[in-house]
Amino acid sequence: MDAMLQLQRQLFDYTSSLFNEGFLDEQFNQLQQLQDESNPDFVVEVVTLFFEDAERLLNELTKALSQESIDFKRLDAHVHQLKGSSSSIGAQRIHRVCISFRNSCEEQNVEGCLKSLQQVKQEYSTVKSKLETLFKMEKQILAAGGSVF
Amino acid sequence: MGMAASESQQYHVLAVDDSIIDRKLIERLLKTSSYQVTTVDSGSKALEFLGLHENDESNPNTLCVSSKINHEVEVNLVITDYCMPGMTGYDLLKKIKESSSLRNIPVVIMSSENVPSRITRCLEEGAEEFFLKPVRKSDLNRLEPHIKRTKLKDQNLETQEKVENSEILHQQQQQQSETNIEQQQQQSETNIEQQQQLLQQGNNNKRKSVEQGISPESDRTRPRYNNGIATLV
Repeated sequence: MDAMLQLQRQLFDYTSSLFNEGFLDEQFNQLQQLQDESNPDFVVEVVTLFFEDAERLLNELTKALSQESIDFKRLDAHVHQLKGSSSSIGAQRIHRVCISFRNSCEEQNVEGCLKSLQQVKQEYSTVKSKLETLFKMEKQILAAGGSVF
Repeated sequence: MGMAASESQQYHVLAVDDSIIDRKLIERLLKTSSYQVTTVDSGSKALEFLGLHENDESNPNTLCVSSKINHEVEVNLVITDYCMPGMTGYDLLKKIKESSSLRNIPVVIMSSENVPSRITRCLEEGAEEFFLKPVRKSDLNRLEPHIKRTKLKDQNLETQEKVENSEILHQQQQQQSETNIEQQQQQSETNIEQQQQLLQQGNNNKRKSVEQGISPESDRTRPRYNNGIATLV
């Protein structure tokens, strides 16, 4: 039982750190509140959809920015989508980068866009691995018969 | 939550969003508030679900409702994203409000951007609410009054038509027993049917509420009907 308490404590601390360091915001809590016995995997399902969507969009953005003449409208539409889905799961840092990314799109600032793309890719891979770690910890606790919320 | 589970269970919400993440979210949000939910990924699919088809694209006034589809599912509220490829949420709102048979369905717009002109435009076009995304559970408390008011409005309309058909009927209804009111309703329903055939409106929602009004197993509709009278006089 001590081991279980320790695991739960670790999970709690890890989750708190993700909020404190600004990776996640209140919306992630909202997501967790929508998870219940009838939908035990809701958070993982939605976040997995987010990973798929974000990866597709990052590819599109990379492609669009490597063109000789850049279609800023199209670029902005992709960033808009990424901004929306990151805000829907509470991936706050990605959301913030998307805001400045869109400004660069509006200004047709290629340098700014490229910089934002690098930032957003970095933030994405960080939050992805953090969330995967979080889910792994939860899984471990559940497998040992404990509860996570 | 603002309402008992058993109460909202009967309400059916059509949610429209091109993002699968946001569809999942709004579906869960609504379901945890005990709504029945259907989600679609575009405005045109929403219109299809509502049974609205365009006969002639050059003339938006020739929209008509395919009764076959519309009769199968009643939609009590439409909640739609604003920014969607193809038909936007604003376009969808306009189509619904332009349709004589759908315009009574309350429409709520969701958007991730807080653009005042956009919000005003949607509200002016007849949207009931404008929710900023991500939509929270607390936002959903604002849906219920619109659904209820619309139900009441439908019944008022229905009552009004009856009054137009027979002034005496109106006076009698206030004194008579409920059984008699039911009989009167049946009579006036025939009048409404004739009227509607003349007008060729094909207003399914109204027809539906008339049917609900006389349905003997539905004990909920009677007090509401009385409410309708009360507001009228």
